[in-house]
Amino acid sequence: MQDRIAEGRVVLEAQHLSKTVASPEGPLVILADISLRVCAGETLAIVGASGAGKSTLLALLAGLDTPTSGRVFIAGADLTALDEDGRAAIRAKHVGFVFQSFHLIPSLTAVENVMLPLELAGRADARTEAAKALGDVGLGARLAHYPKQLSGGEQQRVAIARAFVARPSVLFADEPTGNLDTGTGQRIIDLLFDLNRDAGSTLVLVTHDPALATRCERKIELDAGRM
Amino acid sequence: MKVLRFALRNLWRDLKSGEMLVLLSALTVAVSSLTAVGFFTSRVSQGVRAKATEVLAADLRIESGDPLPPRYFEAARAAGLRSAEERSFPTALFNGERSQLAAVHAVTTGYPLRGSVRIADAPFGAARAVHSIPARGEVWLDARILAELDLAVGASVRIGAASFRVAHVLDYRPDQGTGFVNLAPAVLMNAADVAATGLIQPGSRVTYAGLFAGPPAADGAFRAYLVANKAPGERLRDVEDYGRQLNSAVDRASRFLNLASLASVLLAAVAVAMGARRYTARHTEAVALMKCMGAAQGFVLAVAVVELCLVAIAAVIAGAMLGFLAQLGIAWLLRDLIRERLPAATALPVAVAFATVLVMLIGFALPPLYRLKSTPPLRVLRKTAEPPGLRYGLSQALALAALFGILWILVRDTALVVDVSAGAVAVGLALTAAGYGLVWLTGRLRGGVGVAWRYGLANVSRRGGASVVQVVAFGLGLMVLLLLAVVRGDLLADWRASLPGDVPNNFLINIRPQDVRPLEEYLGAQGVARVPMYPMVRARITAIDARPVEALRFASERGRTFAEREQNLTWAAEPMPDNTIVAGHWWTRADFGRPLVSISTEYRDALHLQLGDELSFDIAGERLTARVASVRKVRWDSFRPNFFLVFPPHLLDGAAGTYMTSIYLKPDQRPLLVGLLRKFPSVSVFDVDAILDQIRGIMDRASLAVQYVFVFTLAAGIVVLLAAVQSTRDERRYESAILRTLGASRMTVLQGVAAEFAALGLLSGTLAAFGATGIGWFLARRLFDLPYTFDPKVWIIGLVCGTVLVGLSGTLATRRVIDTPPMTSLRD
Repeated sequence: MQDRIAEGRVVLEAQHLSKTVASPEGPLVILADISLRVCAGETLAIVGASGAGKSTLLALLAGLDTPTSGRVFIAGADLTALDEDGRAAIRAKHVGFVFQSFHLIPSLTAVENVMLPLELAGRADARTEAAKALGDVGLGARLAHYPKQLSGGEQQRVAIARAFVARPSVLFADEPTGNLDTGTGQRIIDLLFDLNRDAGSTLVLVTHDPALATRCERKIELDAGRM
Repeated sequence: MKVLRFALRNLWRDLKSGEMLVLLSALTVAVSSLTAVGFFTSRVSQGVRAKATEVLAADLRIESGDPLPPRYFEAARAAGLRSAEERSFPTALFNGERSQLAAVHAVTTGYPLRGSVRIADAPFGAARAVHSIPARGEVWLDARILAELDLAVGASVRIGAASFRVAHVLDYRPDQGTGFVNLAPAVLMNAADVAATGLIQPGSRVTYAGLFAGPPAADGAFRAYLVANKAPGERLRDVEDYGRQLNSAVDRASRFLNLASLASVLLAAVAVAMGARRYTARHTEAVALMKCMGAAQGFVLAVAVVELCLVAIAAVIAGAMLGFLAQLGIAWLLRDLIRERLPAATALPVAVAFATVLVMLIGFALPPLYRLKSTPPLRVLRKTAEPPGLRYGLSQALALAALFGILWILVRDTALVVDVSAGAVAVGLALTAAGYGLVWLTGRLRGGVGVAWRYGLANVSRRGGASVVQVVAFGLGLMVLLLLAVVRGDLLADWRASLPGDVPNNFLINIRPQDVRPLEEYLGAQGVARVPMYPMVRARITAIDARPVEALRFASERGRTFAEREQNLTWAAEPMPDNTIVAGHWWTRADFGRPLVSISTEYRDALHLQLGDELSFDIAGERLTARVASVRKVRWDSFRPNFFLVFPPHLLDGAAGTYMTSIYLKPDQRPLLVGLLRKFPSVSVFDVDAILDQIRGIMDRASLAVQYVFVFTLAAGIVVLLAAVQSTRDERRYESAILRTLGASRMTVLQGVAAEFAALGLLSGTLAAFGATGIGWFLARRLFDLPYTFDPKVWIIGLVCGTVLVGLSGTLATRRVIDTPPMTSLRD
C-alpha cells in the first residue's frame, strides 16, 4: 500500500491545518496541525468520537469552510488561496458529496436531484446521464419519484448517484449510514465502495463506526482535534 | 441560459409549494390598484386633450361679468374672423310646481365656432351632431332637467317670464367643461329670446362671452388687439392656456387617486418583504447544497433575481388585466360626472406599474435575497451555519429609498413626496403603536378563556411582531373605508343637524330695486317671516394703498381670483346676524356715507390686508376708495346672504343693480314660489336643498370611486395576512402535529386557529373603528366646529367586518397545514 501512495498522484493534501473558533471561555481549538496526503483512487477513513473534529476536517478538506491556518490542495489547486466562488469552481469540477441526512431537494424528483450537479456544470446530457446513474444504483424504475416517496435507503442511493454522476476525483462521505438501519447501511456501503472502485475516485469517509473504517485502505484517527 | 432554466424550474416549484404565490399576489394587488387608477386617469386626460381644441367652442374667448363692447366683434369681422356670443346665467326652470336649477346658455348664430353640439330626441337616446342653434321659442335641455321636471320632448317649460318648447335633449356642448365643476344641468337657447325671460337685469349674475375663430395668423393679430384693448375684469382665454388648466386639474385628480392606491402599494411592499424573507429561509438549504456542488455566488443571486423578475412580469400581466377591468368600474361610478365617452386607455400605466414593482422588489425583496447568496456551503454539514446577518441599516435605507421612489413615480412633486412620506411614517408609527398596545392587551386576557381560545390568543401574543403587522395592515384599509363610507355620512348629517330648523332654504336673487317693496309685501302676505333685503353691487378691486392690483403678487389662487374678478358687494347698517367682528369696529350712524369698508377674514387673508388699508374699487366705471374699518368672521353655512365686502349705507346709493335675500319655506309653502315667479319674473330662485342634494350626490359618487380604490388596500391587507400565515407554516405544522399527537381533535386545533385569526380580525376592527372615530371626532370638533355624535355603526361594522374577513381568510389559509397527518409533519 505504501508503494501505491509513493507511486500515486496526490489529489488531496492538507498542510498544517488548524481551526480555532472564539467561544465565551476564550479561543477553542477544534483542529490542530493536521497534515495529510491522499492519492488518486485511495480510500481514507477519518474516525474519532463525537466532537473530535471529524466533520470540521471534512469541511476544510472539501473547501466548505476555511482554516485558521494551514493549506488545502485539491488536484493541485490551493483551496486556501481561492475565494468562495473559486472554491466552488473546484468543487464543481473535482468533488462529490454523500451526507448523513441525504440532502435531497424535496421539491425535485429523483432524476432531477441527480441532474443538479450536471446542470450546474452546464452539461446538455444531464437527464440521460442522471437516469443512467440512477440505474447504476438500482433505482432505474423510480426516476420520477419525489424524495418523500422513497425510503431512507433509497434516498441515500439517489444521493450516491448524485455524488458520482459528475465523475468527481474526490468523494467526501459524511457518516453515510448514520440515518439508516444496519442492513440497509451495509448495502449502501457496498454500493458506495463498488461505485468508487469502478469510477476510480478517491473516497474520504467520515465515520465513528470502526467496522466501516476497516473497509478503507487507510484510517486516521482524530482525538480532540489532533491526529 | 442556465440561469433562466434554473429560475424557471425554481419558479414552477415555488409556485406549486405556495412560496411565490404570496409575492405574486402582493405584486398583482399593487399592479391592479395602480393600473386601475392609471388607466382611468389616462383615459380622462386623453379625453381632455382630444377635446382641448374645442373646449372653448372657439379659438379665442373673452369673458366678462359685463356686456362686451360691440367694437370687439367689429374688429374681429374686419380681421377676417368668425364670431358668436354666449350669455350664461343660472336660473330655475319650472314645470307647474316642479322647479330645477339650471345653467342657461343663450347663444347667437354660428355657435359653436369649434366642435359641434350634439342633441338627441329622447333622454339618453342616440345623439347626433347639429350645426345650428335652437330656433326662437325653443330650448334644448339636459336630460337631467327633463327627468327632474318630469318633462318630455315637445312639452313646454317656463324660464323667467317666458315659456319655451322643449325641442331636443341636449347631449353635449363643446364648452361644457370636463364635468367635475359643472354642477347645474344646461339649457341651450337662442340669444334673441333672453329679453323675453326678463332674467337679465343690471347687476344680474351673467357671464358674457365673445367667441372668435379663424386662420391662425388672424387669430394671433386679433389676440394682440384684445390684449391691448380689453378692460380690466375681462378675461381672455385661448385654447392653449385652457388646455393647460384642464391638464393640471386632471393631474391633481390623478395624483389624488394615485395616493389612494399608494396605501395598497405600501401594504403590498410589506407582504413582499415578508414573502422574500420566507423565500430566503426556505431556500437556504438548497442554496447551500448547490454551492456545495460548485454553484457560484453570482449564479445563486442571478437565479433568485431572474425568478423574481419572472414573478414581476407575471404580476404585471395579471395585475394589468385586473386593473383594466377595475377601471371600467371607476368610469362607471363616475359616469354622471364625466358625461362623455372616454377614449381607450394607453399602455403607459402598465409601464408605471412595472417600474413601481421593480422599485418595490429592489427595496423590499432584494436585501434578504442578497443575503441568500452568502449562505455558507458548510450548512450542509452544520445546521447552525447561517448566512451573515442582514445589514439592517442598509436594508432599511433601501426600503426607505424605495418608498420615496414609489411616491415619486406616483405624484412627481417633491414637496408632496416629502409631506406624504412624513404623513405615511406618522400614520404607520401611530397605527403600529396602537397595534402593539392591542396585542399586548390580548396577551393579558388569555387566562379566562377556553383551551382553543387560549391557544389562539397565546399565538397572537407569541408572534407579537407579525400580529402587529397584520393588525395594522388590515386595520388601515378598514379604517379608510369606514371613514369614507360611514363617518363621512355622519359628518354631513351632524352638519345638517347643527343648522337651526328655520335656516333659509331658498335664495332669491336678481330682485329689481322697484320690486323690493312689493316682494316684501307679497312674502309677508304669504306668511313668510320678514327678511332683510341686501342690495348687490358688482365691483372690482383696482388698487390696495394706491398700488394697482395688477402689480401685486398673491400667493394663493384665491388671492388672484379676488384681484382679477368682479365681486358682489353690499351695504348694511347692521352686521349680518351670523357675522362676528374680529378686528376694528362696525360703523355707527355717524359713519353712514363715509368711505369705509368691512371685509371678511377670507378676503383679508387672501389679499394680505389689514385694518386701515385703502382699497380702491371700480364700480360700473366709477372709482371709489374706502378704508378697511373692520374684519368679520362669516358663517357661510348659515344660508343667509353674506358678502366678502360690506359698505356703510348712503355711500353707494343708486349703484345697486339688484337685491337679494334668502327665505325659509316649509314644504307646504313651496307652491308660493310659482306665484312669486309669475308676479316677479326677473327673480331667480335657488333651492338650497336641491343644490345640496346635487353636491352630495357628486360627493357620494366621488367618494365611492375613492372607496373602490381603497378596496385594493383591503386586498393588500389579506395578502399581508397570507404572507404571515405562510411564514409560520412550518411552525404551525409542527405545533398542530404535537397537539394532535397529544390527543387534541382536528376540530380543537382548527378552533384554536380560528380563534387566533378571529382575535387578529377583532383587533384590526378595533383599530379601524378607533381610528375612524378619532379622525371623525377631530374633523368635527377641530376642523368643522361641529358637535360630534358617536356612531355605534362604525364599531359594529368595523368589528364584524374585521373578525369575519380576517378570521375566514386566515383560517382558510391555515387549514391545509392542520389537515397534514401528524406523522408526516413529525417525520419531516
